[in-house]
Amino acid sequence: MQVLIPTSLRSYTRVSRVEAAGATLGDVLADLDRQFPGIRFRMLDEQEQLRPHMRVFVNGKAIHDLAQPLRATDDVSIVQALSGG
Amino acid sequence: MARTPLKPTARKRASTPAAKRASRSQPPGRVVLLVATRKGAWLYRGDAKRKTWQVDGPHFLGHIVSHMRLDPRDGRTLLAAAKTGHLGPTVFRSTNLGRTWTEATQPPAFAKAPAGVAGRVVDHTFWLTPGHASERDTWYAGTSPQGLFRSEDGGVTWAPFSTINDDPQYREWMGTVQDGTPDGPKLHSIIVDPRDPAHLYFAMSGGGVHESTDGGRSWSTLVMGLEVVGGFDPSTITFHDPHCVRLCPSNPDRLYQQNHCGIYRLDRPGDQWLRVGRKMPKRVGDIGFPMVVHPRDDDIAWVFPMDGTSVWPRTSPQGRPAAYMTRNGGKTWRRLDSGLPGSQAWWTVKRQAMAADAQDPVGLYFGTTSGELWASPDEGARWSCIAQHLPEIYAVEAVELA
Repeated sequence: MQVLIPTSLRSYTRVSRVEAAGATLGDVLADLDRQFPGIRFRMLDEQEQLRPHMRVFVNGKAIHDLAQPLRATDDVSIVQALSGG
Repeated sequence: MARTPLKPTARKRASTPAAKRASRSQPPGRVVLLVATRKGAWLYRGDAKRKTWQVDGPHFLGHIVSHMRLDPRDGRTLLAAAKTGHLGPTVFRSTNLGRTWTEATQPPAFAKAPAGVAGRVVDHTFWLTPGHASERDTWYAGTSPQGLFRSEDGGVTWAPFSTINDDPQYREWMGTVQDGTPDGPKLHSIIVDPRDPAHLYFAMSGGGVHESTDGGRSWSTLVMGLEVVGGFDPSTITFHDPHCVRLCPSNPDRLYQQNHCGIYRLDRPGDQWLRVGRKMPKRVGDIGFPMVVHPRDDDIAWVFPMDGTSVWPRTSPQGRPAAYMTRNGGKTWRRLDSGLPGSQAWWTVKRQAMAADAQDPVGLYFGTTSGELWASPDEGARWSCIAQHLPEIYAVEAVELA
């Protein structure tokens, strides 16, 4: 499926949209890390929680659960909430 | 608090200050300043006279870089502890003095907690210490919230080190994020005894100073003589807030410490810190963050006091910044402000943001919360500003390249 990558993570992917596979959101993030080593830990902490400010939308709907099942046709957007100084 | 006696040492102390200061064996190299800031990292490369500085940077623009260190064992590997406001913490690594960087494949991270138990999350890696000279590629890292980590492959992969990260007693001493310093409680001042890789120290803000003589298998507290904020009980380790602890390279049995509550010296094997800051002028006080020791003379140290009165403004006292130097182990202190602003300067210097090089005379360097980099080629006698308009400076390290 297509995954939209936020600008803050493009040092890993170089491009804004990448292809990744997986049956769940957790699997997709693992696949991204296989392709772009290091990217997962910058989004997800060691307790398997999305870090503050990281948001994931699937077909426009906010998803918080890594076990969320995904289909190959889903459109995944990783978005970084803008805040801070 | 029982301590195991240290291994016998073969250290020979030079008998006079002059002999101590003449003991350097290699010709001086070029000094490079490693400057870590709230918005990226810079390298400043000095000329042979340490007069002009060539800027190299920014590296990681926009990243919060807490610390950047050179591996003294190979003279070319740099590690930088970084995160941004939004992305998780990581460690970047360069094996060519910053021309190219790669990321740690496994940055410092706490163990995953069992289901139903709240685990801790590394917010940022705060402190980096290269391991012992005999343990090539070994590094230590301290994090916020307090955690101790070690790498044995030059900083590529990191694992929790020792048992303290999950030890119930240590977790109690660490307190909660609520108890910590404004940008998070920190584990810092990781020190490896140059005579013995198994002899380690670290400090926590808050949580006191700790020592291991068995390579991290067991630890004992090292807080006797340290004061805590008035009204609190110094026997409660949580209340101890060491800001920066340094070991004298010329005498590894001597430590200096800048604490939330004063400046201290400790001579081992003693375990009683002595508040040498009592000799500082009363109007300046002995509160501050950095602590710097002389590379060849254990009687010489520098501090950079800040205003720790009332609401803790964390500015220069009276808006008049100055370093203070002792030449006699803290018995007396001398103000060093020549070249620094004489009034209305409200910046200060964070705990990793002041450093000495190993040249003769010693060069001193500090970075300010207002993004200025200052240098003195003569042990603090005369200061000049070598860079302005940087982001808030978190750390300055002075290294020498052959």
